Amino acid sequence: MNETVVSMTVNGDQRTGNVEPRKILADFLREDCGLTGTHLGCEHGVCGACTIMLDGRATRSCLVFAVQADGSDVTTVEGLAAGDELNPVQEAFRAEHGLQCGFCTPGFVVSATAFLDRNPDPTDDELREGLSGNLCRCTGYQGILRAVRAAAEATKARTA
Amino acid sequence: MSTTPVTSAAARYTGQSVHRKEDRRLLTGHGQYVDDVAVAGTLHAAFLRSEVARAAITELDVTAARELPGVVAVFTSQDFDGRFGEAWHTMLGEELQVPPPLAITDVRHVGDPIALVVAESRYIAEDAIELIEVDLDMAEPVVDFATAGADTDHIVHGAWGFPSNNMVEVPFTPLSPDLDAAFKDADNVVECTIRQNRYVCVPMEGRGILASWSAGREELEIVCSTQSVHETRNFFGRYLGIPEGQVRVTARDVGGGFGQKMFMFREEAAIVLASRLLGRPVKWIEDRRENLVAAAHSRNELGTVRMAVDGDNVIQAITVDHIADLGAYPACPAIMNHQLLPGPYKIPRLGFSMAMVWTNTMGKGAYRGPWMFETTAREMAIDHAARKLGVDPVELRRKNLLSLADMPFTSPGGNTFIESTPLETLEQALEILDLDAFRREQAAARSEGRLLGLGVSVYIEPSSMQAPGLASEGATVRVESSGKVVAFFGTTSHGQSVETTMAQIVADQLGVDYDDVTIVQADTQSTPWGPGTGGSRTAVVAGGAAREAALAVREKVLAVAANVLEAAEEDLDIEHGSVVVKGTPTKTVTMRQVAAAAYRDADALPPELSAGLEATARFRPQSFPTWSNATHVCVVEIDRDTCIPKILRYIVSEDCGRMINPQIVEGQIYGGVVQGIGGVVLEDFVYDSDGNPLTTTFVDYLLPTTTEVPEIEVGHLETDSTTNPGGFKGMGEGGAIGSHAAVANAIGDALAPLGIDVLSTPLGPNDIHRLMVEAGAA
Repeated sequence: MNETVVSMTVNGDQRTGNVEPRKILADFLREDCGLTGTHLGCEHGVCGACTIMLDGRATRSCLVFAVQADGSDVTTVEGLAAGDELNPVQEAFRAEHGLQCGFCTPGFVVSATAFLDRNPDPTDDELREGLSGNLCRCTGYQGILRAVRAAAEATKARTA
Repeated sequence: MSTTPVTSAAARYTGQSVHRKEDRRLLTGHGQYVDDVAVAGTLHAAFLRSEVARAAITELDVTAARELPGVVAVFTSQDFDGRFGEAWHTMLGEELQVPPPLAITDVRHVGDPIALVVAESRYIAEDAIELIEVDLDMAEPVVDFATAGADTDHIVHGAWGFPSNNMVEVPFTPLSPDLDAAFKDADNVVECTIRQNRYVCVPMEGRGILASWSAGREELEIVCSTQSVHETRNFFGRYLGIPEGQVRVTARDVGGGFGQKMFMFREEAAIVLASRLLGRPVKWIEDRRENLVAAAHSRNELGTVRMAVDGDNVIQAITVDHIADLGAYPACPAIMNHQLLPGPYKIPRLGFSMAMVWTNTMGKGAYRGPWMFETTAREMAIDHAARKLGVDPVELRRKNLLSLADMPFTSPGGNTFIESTPLETLEQALEILDLDAFRREQAAARSEGRLLGLGVSVYIEPSSMQAPGLASEGATVRVESSGKVVAFFGTTSHGQSVETTMAQIVADQLGVDYDDVTIVQADTQSTPWGPGTGGSRTAVVAGGAAREAALAVREKVLAVAANVLEAAEEDLDIEHGSVVVKGTPTKTVTMRQVAAAAYRDADALPPELSAGLEATARFRPQSFPTWSNATHVCVVEIDRDTCIPKILRYIVSEDCGRMINPQIVEGQIYGGVVQGIGGVVLEDFVYDSDGNPLTTTFVDYLLPTTTEVPEIEVGHLETDSTTNPGGFKGMGEGGAIGSHAAVANAIGDALAPLGIDVLSTPLGPNDIHRLMVEAGAA
């Protein structure tokens, strides 16, 4: 099949590759960029494990072709921490036992980070609604909800 | 509520919610699941699967698929004929052979693998699947397991010469001599048929394997999404007829299992054969539809429960006539444990019959508490009995439950319970709830026509069982030359935080800092043999091995340090990784210096001291199983218009003995509870009458999300176990065991005023609506 050149910024680095038009963005990130933190849990846009930020918006990378992301700015889970310092959401997931097997975790961390960027002080209903596009099978969501609440509080305290 | 077990070092970490060692890599996207492993030259696989439930294969033409550019091979059953040998697992025994990887003459369920394409990419492999031509001669399938046993016209395994659909049939067997008399003399006999729906494990990472056969090295390397690297190695050693030493299996990170990844199945076997035939690495990553349709299914059992109850509401006997659906090819016959039917109650008499039947559906496997239908059947039947007898289900339980004062107690099933607190957990859960306040609220709600219900479920869990291979675990603990500690385990963690909990135990026993302990597991080449992570056994069995191995190394450290410090061993202690002379804090030697004496300068050790600081221990609990128990309490309100059941409160009071890490214990409870909630109100794997699966995506098979889960409240009782020196009890499965009946009973209690007798699951809005229509209440 014909291949097309795609080029995008991924976690601040310029990445270029030759891809078939049908190649999904998640596969481009995993196979061509070697960024395997983005996981595929359903490949039909429900589980949210493949969530990345595409031009700042939380996006399911299994529903986007790599060619559609040409020229875009992509942030994956690998791009969230500043060096050794976890971002507030990651730190809160660690403190509140927001993960067990860890497979859904990258999608949750990216979704929650993007959600708090938009809504830094959510109500409980908004928080539950905001995270309802990601599936987790291990935690019963208890630690995840606590973590994102704690991350919101921590961010609020830091900026106050 | 009990004495502290003997420990040789102060428990600085055991009992603390220390941060997990696993988290940093997983939070930053640096976990290593099977699909994250890249080996040069890897080929990618996809299966052609049956789209019908039962048919003869009349033609299979793979020519066009083989010719597609990028396709390396297309395998059918003929290509694998004679290429594999024994196909059994240590835990399950030789009787249960994994079926041939690809269908030979006929297909027996939707999803049955027919052909395997291996190509340069998964995209091309799936293109090639489309080019395979298969002609099927369809036959009427067996779908309803309740009637399958009596169906002699349609036999699932007729091609193998089986005369019926019963894989196993046990006629009614009284386990108490005076069972008949108890029913004859009973003031009340209550009977009902409880049916639990089919719902499935759904790990967020599906199954997957990367198999690399090197003909030159005669070695098979496997990276696999599995709950047991050692069982996987044993299996493929037998399967290929090569020594296990030539098979290496690793699984750095595994994205959930819940029982589904306990055993190898047809797909993994096919991939290993493909790699061996091609001499190249072959990877198969299960997609979600495959995982839903063709990875082991679970639950789907029914039982007619009878109880003899005397005039004081004491349950004098319980029996069940039980049928379990095994599907076509069970991965393991994980069904109800009949001996456990009386559960944590004083019920003195028991009897049962059972049938395990084949159907043209996906085969059964283990799912978190695979025997748990005993809890669902009993707890739902007790609520039914309470409704029939006009007594409060809480009072009926109080009257009949065992308490710590009754221990030890031998149930009519032959189980002897020790150190268990069923009644105590019920009371703790009800205290958290405030039962009296709830009953007042419920009465007020009912007077307004609102449907508010309370469900209770009490169970006792046989954690850390001794089933073949499960009785022991090994651990090797080594102080390295740097003074840091590495400990090796035969476990294969898939969310259980084993790297954390085992490090807590090793650090405590050895007197070193938690951060100085690294855990290595899930690598057959470096770790002691272990049967796998499952069966709520790691804390008890691997935890026991951790302790014994660490204590043995501690002895070595003290002996070598005594020589270095010229002090008596009994005067020494280990604190924060340094050996100190008690009462003389200035006289100290670091672990690094001890290690130097034990390794680099071993020639200078006195002859009675062994060199090195390493020990291996294999631990076997004092008795089996290690009993663990809990009570679940659920409050539900059903919206009369939408029929949506909303869980308002969920409370667990549990007794898993001494907790290694309370946060991790609670995390296990939460996850299990939500799986049980899902199985009642959202999840239901449905086949139509032709055996077509109707729930093949996450749009149809609904998992709970953040908007459906309640805040789960947990109370702990810590009654130390005597089966192991740490006082631990296993608890990984309990959340999933207790929750199904608790939620069903809460919905049943909510609907009871409408004259509805809830006896089966699922109980989603559609099901509740149907019950209300049938009762004339909608």
